[in-house]
Amino acid sequence: MHEVAPASSCAIEVRGLAKAFGERYALRGVDLKVNRGERLVVFGPNGAGKTTLVKIISTLVKPSAGHVWLDGIDIRERAAQIRRRISLVSHQTFLYDDLTVYENLRFYGRMYGVPGLEEKIREVVSWVQLEPRLHDRVGTLSHGLQQRASIARAVLHSPSMLFLDEPEVGLDPQASNVVNDVLGRLDTGSRTVVMTTHNLERGLELGDSFVILDRGKIVYQATRDEIDKEGFKQVYDRCTGTGR
Amino acid sequence: MLTELRTKEFVVSVLVFALLVLVIFSFAFGARTDTTEMVAPGILWVALTFGGVLGFNRIFAVEKENSRLEGLMLCPVDRAVIYWGKLAGSFTFMLAVAIVLTPIFLALFNLPLFLPRLALIIVLATLGFAAVGTLFSALAINTRARDIMLPILFLPVVVPVIVAAVKATTSVLADKPWGDMLTWLQIMIAFDIIYLVVATLVFEFVVEE
Repeated sequence: MHEVAPASSCAIEVRGLAKAFGERYALRGVDLKVNRGERLVVFGPNGAGKTTLVKIISTLVKPSAGHVWLDGIDIRERAAQIRRRISLVSHQTFLYDDLTVYENLRFYGRMYGVPGLEEKIREVVSWVQLEPRLHDRVGTLSHGLQQRASIARAVLHSPSMLFLDEPEVGLDPQASNVVNDVLGRLDTGSRTVVMTTHNLERGLELGDSFVILDRGKIVYQATRDEIDKEGFKQVYDRCTGTGR
Repeated sequence: MLTELRTKEFVVSVLVFALLVLVIFSFAFGARTDTTEMVAPGILWVALTFGGVLGFNRIFAVEKENSRLEGLMLCPVDRAVIYWGKLAGSFTFMLAVAIVLTPIFLALFNLPLFLPRLALIIVLATLGFAAVGTLFSALAINTRARDIMLPILFLPVVVPVIVAAVKATTSVLADKPWGDMLTWLQIMIAFDIIYLVVATLVFEFVVEE
């Protein structure tokens, strides 16, 4: 059936999204809308489908059913065009340990055809405060510093949409705070952000709208103005099993 | 390529393995002229083929670490570009191994060192190995037993190249005319073209979930 493209104010629209791995469904009919410049935070227990959702909207995984439009473009039809506008930061850095931070950024910059690459590298490295380690091999950096380099990689081509899949996983609380501060400081005024996290406090602080996913379905959805924090926490606790 | 130049994982593993094969066989058969022409071509191509399997296992294994393959797949380029980039790397490094290995092979078996026709055979056969090895390396990377899976997939498919390379090398070592090896060269060229085209077309389906 032909699906009608979404309204132009939507940066991301997801309709009836489902993904099955064999007989197991990771997503079961997810509907979402994210406006331009909005920050959507997705919460949920392990196995809720958060990573699958992010992988699908970042064109890494094909859905079993449903549609995703980014900037009004169906990602199944023009994935390569969409990839110029998006970026993903996950707990994996995508960086090469045997190359320096600079060499990694130059490599990815060339893959994206970033104009004025040298200047852009200096700019993003200063955002994440990695100038002193620019010419160090990534493998010699702590996981927290690697994650900051990964954020620099992700914003190098100035994506209009940034997807963050539990970027704080594997970091100690101090490094996690530094990474979250870096993310908070990034100029995201016009950038649409979708972030998955287990960190309730930080997620509620960063987001404009919030979703709780459980077993592949959205069980709670609210904007910052609408959110009832007690109700939200009750649903979250019920999903994670801590409220039983 | 820069990563490989720093770590030398591909080149060293392939070269050491292939050298060991050559040395063991040279001791087994010696440098007797009555057996050299018969067994030497097979020894050279066994060393390069089985050494190549070790190297091809690394081609995409390095991209699996840190989910780098996902980083590449997020880039706004056709999937075939990733394949051709990896192919360029594996072909270059396999060729580098062959360039080091061949003079040692010729010296060990008491053969003439200047054989330009052998260089042509090595380029064509190595391209065929790299075309298939790079594709199957990407295919094997998502399987549980990837170290076992690659040789199981790779070796049966490259049999035509191995046979053609052995036959053409036999012709060169026997100093026979060009016409004698032409058919084998044509087989290698056809194999290379077919697998380069097929791999370019199917690579997208191999790497995407």
